[in-house]
Amino acid sequence: MSLSTDDVKKVASLARLAMTETEVKIAHNQLSGIFDLIAEMQAVDTAGIEPMSHAQDVTQRLREDKVTESDHRELFQSVAPQVEAGLYLVPQVIE
Amino acid sequence: MMNSSLKQLGDALRAKKISSVELTQLYLDRIAQFNPALNAYITVNPEISLAQARAADERLAAGNTEALTGIPVAQKDIFCAKGWLTTCGSKMLHNFVSPYDAHVISQFNNAGAVNLGKTNMDEFAMGSSNETSHYGPVKNPWDQSRVPGGSSGGTAAAVAARLCAAATGTDTGGSIRQPAALCGISGLKPTYGVCSRYGMIAFASSLDQAGPMGRSAEDLALLLNTMAGFDERDSTSLQRDKEDYARGLEKPLSGLRIGLPKEFFAEGLGNDVAQAAEAAIAEYKKLGATVVEISLPNTRLSIPVYYVLAPAEASSNLSRFDGVRYGYRAPEYSDLTDMYEQSRAQGFGEEVKRRIMIGTYVLSHGYYDAYYLQAQKIRRLIAQDFTEAFKQCDVIMGPTSPSTAFKLGEKGDDPVQMYLSDIYTIAVNLAGLPGMSIPCGFGDNDMPVGLQIIGNYFDEARMLNVAHQYQLATDWHSQAPQGLQVAS
Repeated sequence: MSLSTDDVKKVASLARLAMTETEVKIAHNQLSGIFDLIAEMQAVDTAGIEPMSHAQDVTQRLREDKVTESDHRELFQSVAPQVEAGLYLVPQVIE
Repeated sequence: MMNSSLKQLGDALRAKKISSVELTQLYLDRIAQFNPALNAYITVNPEISLAQARAADERLAAGNTEALTGIPVAQKDIFCAKGWLTTCGSKMLHNFVSPYDAHVISQFNNAGAVNLGKTNMDEFAMGSSNETSHYGPVKNPWDQSRVPGGSSGGTAAAVAARLCAAATGTDTGGSIRQPAALCGISGLKPTYGVCSRYGMIAFASSLDQAGPMGRSAEDLALLLNTMAGFDERDSTSLQRDKEDYARGLEKPLSGLRIGLPKEFFAEGLGNDVAQAAEAAIAEYKKLGATVVEISLPNTRLSIPVYYVLAPAEASSNLSRFDGVRYGYRAPEYSDLTDMYEQSRAQGFGEEVKRRIMIGTYVLSHGYYDAYYLQAQKIRRLIAQDFTEAFKQCDVIMGPTSPSTAFKLGEKGDDPVQMYLSDIYTIAVNLAGLPGMSIPCGFGDNDMPVGLQIIGNYFDEARMLNVAHQYQLATDWHSQAPQGLQVAS
């Protein structure tokens, strides 16, 4: 599977990473090398093998639907880039 | 004092031969003198450390102590610690003072240990040389022109250089074991789920596991006793009875069956590393162990599988860094999307961006089955290799890393070469097994070599026993790099 520079641009946009043309070229080279490495997997016959998503065969714990956390808004917002009146500020998205 | 075991330090503290404040100050002085060259710490905060030491001294005076009360322990900068700058080695978190404690941190706090500082690491734990840190590379204390390994390279260098009594690391693909090997110290990655991931900044959640790094297996047992434990805030934390990992240290090794995977002693392994590992196996035979050749046929595939699964999980985990709630925000942007794209482009380093790109691609529409699902299927084959192998042996041994520490910059431009250096450690993470590395000699250029010990699930106590008995019979683990004596 070969990767095009357009693929690289599309992936960068999906990943929300701004990239210059030079960076796209470098990324294209390096990612191609990595995908050559990854391509080794394709030769393996995995018919009938159950995918393993996790190391331990455990089920998700459930808990009662009760409030367990207290309000830490001020503390948590103290590390935010921009806050006003308890709200996180971002550039305007609706006119 | 610098070469005392944690048990000896604990005894000295309880006997009031030294106070925690004195011990902490001793280490802070060493850090002040040697850290500018080694760059093992990103953050030291003597004020907080000494306040913790004073509190520990009060506990010691009251007789209310645990094994680690008053002992200065360094924390990898991946663990959120309340009031501490917690950067994860990234510009993205250059200003993130954590508002809460990771579970591992609160376990140490409850034990009365002193947080000595936050150690340097590859950015978001992605790297095998510590060169991806935004805060500059760590130098190997055995030869400062060489890397300490990664991603827990700051921790490994700090332990080796006696800039802390012991420290923590995390291991997603070898990030405890490989730097332990390259810096000549001991390190243990427990079974997945033994230590809580709460507050440990996520890289690849199905692989990440915290573990202790120190100068001996005996020290690791005491550290793991503190670190391990169920935590309901981590959905994959395992509910198990508390165990004493030091309980079996003294058992003799007669009858121990050691499996040697032929794939670990094949092409690509440095002669110097092979010789040291073989000498260690010979020592184990003297201690009463028997050796059986085993096969882990899918070892080679662990690298491509890992470099699909880990980036896939990372691309998802790292989507939280958006410049809105915490961390870096670009100074200039045109709209919301541009703000995300600029903040992430400027806040993340090259290796992190590369892995986010790989992960985004393999999870994207049309490629999911060919990459992600196929990798998960091969992951099961890799885990099954170990299940088969453990029918024939109690522990598996081999080299931790194919070479000793390489030169800074040596593998800089070629990510694939760097990835290949994780060949012996990655499969253990994919299977979720415990693995450790202990010093077993020196290779070319007098650089340390690590012996890897892989155990079956939840067999940490036996692995520590196996390592401890070797350390009673040999003195590789007590060797220290030269040139790190405090000027009087």
